[in-house]
Amino acid sequence: MDDTVLNHAGALDTSGPSGPRPRRTITRRNVFLYGTLLVIAVYYLLPLYVMVVTSLKGMPEIRMGNIFAPPVEITFEPWVKAWAEACTGLNCDGLSRGFWNSVRITVPSVILSIAIASVNGYALANWRFKGAEAFFTILIFGAFIPYQVMLYPIVILLREMGLYGSLWGLVIVHCIFGMPILTLLFRNYFSSLPEELFKAGRVDGAGFWGIYLRIMVPMSLPIFVVALIIQVTGIWNDFLFGVVYTRPDTYPMTVQLNNIVNSVQGVKEYNVNMAATLLTGLVPLAIYFLSGKFFVRGIAAGAVKG
Amino acid sequence: MESVIVKDLSLNFGAVKVLNSLNLAIDKGEFLVLLGPSGCGKSTLLNCIAGLLDVSAGQIFIDGRNVTWEEPKDRGIGMVFQSYALYPQMSVEGNLSFGLRVAGTPRDEIAKRVARAAEILQIESLLKRRPAALSGGQRQRVAIGRALVRDVDVFLFDEPLSNLDAKLRSELRVEIKRLHQRLKNTMIYVTHDQIEAMTLADRIAVMKGGVIQQLDTPQEIYSRPINRFVAGFIGSPSMNFLDGAIADGTAFKAGGLTVDLAGYRFERPDCAGRNVQLGVRPEHVAIGDAAAAMPYNVDAEVEIVEPMGSDTLVWTRLGGQGFALRVDADRNVRDGETIRIGFDPARASVFDAESGERL
Repeated sequence: MDDTVLNHAGALDTSGPSGPRPRRTITRRNVFLYGTLLVIAVYYLLPLYVMVVTSLKGMPEIRMGNIFAPPVEITFEPWVKAWAEACTGLNCDGLSRGFWNSVRITVPSVILSIAIASVNGYALANWRFKGAEAFFTILIFGAFIPYQVMLYPIVILLREMGLYGSLWGLVIVHCIFGMPILTLLFRNYFSSLPEELFKAGRVDGAGFWGIYLRIMVPMSLPIFVVALIIQVTGIWNDFLFGVVYTRPDTYPMTVQLNNIVNSVQGVKEYNVNMAATLLTGLVPLAIYFLSGKFFVRGIAAGAVKG
Repeated sequence: MESVIVKDLSLNFGAVKVLNSLNLAIDKGEFLVLLGPSGCGKSTLLNCIAGLLDVSAGQIFIDGRNVTWEEPKDRGIGMVFQSYALYPQMSVEGNLSFGLRVAGTPRDEIAKRVARAAEILQIESLLKRRPAALSGGQRQRVAIGRALVRDVDVFLFDEPLSNLDAKLRSELRVEIKRLHQRLKNTMIYVTHDQIEAMTLADRIAVMKGGVIQQLDTPQEIYSRPINRFVAGFIGSPSMNFLDGAIADGTAFKAGGLTVDLAGYRFERPDCAGRNVQLGVRPEHVAIGDAAAAMPYNVDAEVEIVEPMGSDTLVWTRLGGQGFALRVDADRNVRDGETIRIGFDPARASVFDAESGERL
């Protein structure tokens, strides 16, 4: 056997191409591709650069007008002022108040909405109760109703419940508005898990909560991370509900940011505005950087399917 | 004594009738195989027995107890699934003990039962591993173990070997048979693989369209299939069917072919003149000298030869219709050769051409 193979090889011209095909790195295609990517990246990063640079300058330097120039003298004064001293309305304690308000709104909203939506999705995917389809359709329909239509009715509802203006009122609003998309997300993910696992759980004697807590949830980390990202960024960045359903002393960070940046009195302190904006955006940014890997994985695993 | 009784069971999905007034009684310690093509309702029936599907009508008894409305866990069953359905985030030990932990079984009792199941299935060395770190065969063993620790009377298998490769499948097949010999539990086993059905079953229920076509021992189903469907479904390569008619009393005529069916045991007397199909198994056809000794023999030209290693499948024509026979691999049959073939009509089957019923 070996001999015949060698004999064949002897008769062949083996000096030609052998092994992996060589790849040229600089081709016209690559130049165009990476050139375009580079231009787009710069286009999007430039504003961020201007923000960071401006926030580190003093006002005299800003007045000189070179917005792209790096700071001659780096100062963290604007950051301190934005966090602790900037005035919004009557209060002059900066964004710190809004930050803690936002935390107090976001944490319970995220936990509550994910807890409810995941049970919803699980029930819809695995326990096909009577009317499940109708329930699901109505829930999804909710995702298409414009927020503006609901603003005032909800004001009245919250007032009647005695929650208007409180943080808990806003938490409830966030939970309700997050429900359609989160339920869809969880339902699709749980539907994609093998049905036999659920059956095995039933044969093993686990009930509704037993199967959910001991079998389904431990298997579903990626989709919980996706939901976490969607909710944290969505609720943290929310402005409309924040401004409508809270009072000045419970304003979330975004509303306070708006009040700082859009104040019409006195000098426009661009460096403080930039620092305040960066501070507000820090939480969603951190979430994206920390969990980006899970986000992609979870989206691929559940959200697109079904 | 009966272990599982299914009485007048019907199941509809909307307007689709999957099972229609089905009756089945399974003896204690019996190994029953539900066999049929995809969509025949065999898995549905198993799920009904397990309590994973609510029935539309009828009753199910297990060990004399009416369990029609009971939860799966209260029925005294263990179930093994095709996809194994192991809980991925638990170790093998966790998988085996999950049901017992849910039921609140004392810790030492759990340990005892897990150890016993692991010993029977020889998975002691795998107890600390996750399912992802197991091979297909090991996973299926763990899945069987999960049913084993429940210490139940009835085991339900839903195509447990279909996801395995051919070699593992035959190994585990033997193991399941050994397990049954050792435990003597009632086992209900769903498969579409006739080899599994033939080798494992005490009795086979051949299903089609939600109806049990024939319920009998493997041997009886093989040699005396009750209708054309069962005849064609059981046996590999499948049975030859020759279209023709009964004429002159007991002679089968097709084209230029006349086969005397004198030795055949008719199920009913009034068969003369009917259009029928004569079914002959390829392995019941002899060639050469052996053929000459058969009650019926004829010369035939070889069309195609399919060597399969252990034996060879030879395709010829009989009365103008395709006809296969199985010959020893040592017999060097070639294309175009004319050979003498013969069979015993007593071992053949005759089916009504219209209804497909055995005559």
